[in-house]
Amino acid sequence: MLQTPLIDVHRRAGAKLVEFAGWELPLHYGSQIEEHLAVRRAAGMFDTSHMLAVDVEGAGARAFLARALANNVERLRQPGKAMYSCLLREDGGILDDLIVHFVREDLYRVVVNAACADKDLAWLQSLGPERTVLSPRRDLAMIAVQGPAARERTWTALPGLRAASEALEPFFGVQAGAVFVSRTGYTGEDGFELLLPAAQAGEAWTRLAGAGVRPCGLGARDSLRLEAGMNLYGQDMDQTTTPLECGLGWTVDLDSGRNFIGRRALATQLPTRSLLGLVLLGRGGVLRARQRVLLAQGEGETTSGGFSPTLQTSIALARVPARTVPGDAAEVELRGKRLAARVVRPPFVRRGRVLV
Amino acid sequence: MNVPENLRYTASHEWLRAEPDGTVSVGITDHAQEALGEMVYVELPEVGRALGAGDGAAVVESVKAASDVYAPIAGEVVAANGALNDDPGALNKEPYQAWLFRLKPSDPSALEKLLDADAYRKSFE
Repeated sequence: MLQTPLIDVHRRAGAKLVEFAGWELPLHYGSQIEEHLAVRRAAGMFDTSHMLAVDVEGAGARAFLARALANNVERLRQPGKAMYSCLLREDGGILDDLIVHFVREDLYRVVVNAACADKDLAWLQSLGPERTVLSPRRDLAMIAVQGPAARERTWTALPGLRAASEALEPFFGVQAGAVFVSRTGYTGEDGFELLLPAAQAGEAWTRLAGAGVRPCGLGARDSLRLEAGMNLYGQDMDQTTTPLECGLGWTVDLDSGRNFIGRRALATQLPTRSLLGLVLLGRGGVLRARQRVLLAQGEGETTSGGFSPTLQTSIALARVPARTVPGDAAEVELRGKRLAARVVRPPFVRRGRVLV
Repeated sequence: MNVPENLRYTASHEWLRAEPDGTVSVGITDHAQEALGEMVYVELPEVGRALGAGDGAAVVESVKAASDVYAPIAGEVVAANGALNDDPGALNKEPYQAWLFRLKPSDPSALEKLLDADAYRKSFE
């Protein structure tokens, strides 16, 4: 199994370690639910060093990304601006989702999922980048500090970052000395994602913990992103789904006429299914991935599900017929029973507030 | 890991306690709750239901997954611990206090055929 530079820190903290996408990572440090609530109420941090940053550099970098990404890189004009995008196949199927940061005209930093990293690199190289060099940055560790108090506690722990990152708007990043600070995340809360040299990760983590940032594992990461209505690649979407079928139509730039990979397929697709949220109404069990969903418009299937510590009930993302709308009644099949649920539009929770 | 001496056990990680009134309480072991993770839902059997040994009797759902709890011996369900509906986390905090259901055993000697604390410890060494 691969290990991040923080493995010894996790072991010392008593983390329960599990395998995830080939990496040995903390599932939790005692209580997944308390970790989840710490992020909603104050601040928590995640070791996301398994994710891969790839620097895309050169005079041809913008043109290359304009062809490779479904979202419009022309939106990236201000230094530090970040953008979410899917990486598509010609048929519109999703190869991965990623964040691309605009550093300067000839340098972009793309952060991709751990499980897709090798596949993504091979795919991007196969597109034949011209006057562009792709450099995987395995030398960098990544720590996501998330929660309403995350930024303040980051500055307490790492005062050197304050000046550069205090004025940072959401979805912008900045290089602050050796640390790339980005006001992004995967929890629905404010906070930073820090990309830093692997050798500095342990000290940064320990200082953050000392400033009251609670270490959190993959368990809380998954329940937080589910509440935030954020798709997990490989679960809510994959190569057999297009962005138009999983709530990501807003990230596909069909308007500018730019010829990106997957454009032709998506321009003519009339999606027959969409991805919406479900909230369990009574008791009877916990919604999980791959449960059958019955609706007036037909059948669907949950793609992610679990107990929501914020809502104190079970929630799910579900692939449903395209005509389904928020407010519709649904039933979910579970252990031979049919449990009543309500269709909602994700997110379920943002910035600590319940939205459904 | 905590394995009290005065209880009986199954290889599927249920514990059983003989109560003074002749009934038998059933719960899940410390090892089971540790492996399953934080509990968020329980489904208890109906009082009056007749269970055979090995029948699915209850379901516990953690943040990770749903797991069946089996009736280790045959008997009739005489009580279910409804307090767990509001506090499933008690299964994590006090696994040997948080009984799931009580059985009136069909065969009062059935309990003695189950694992004692020593044998249970050895079952997953």
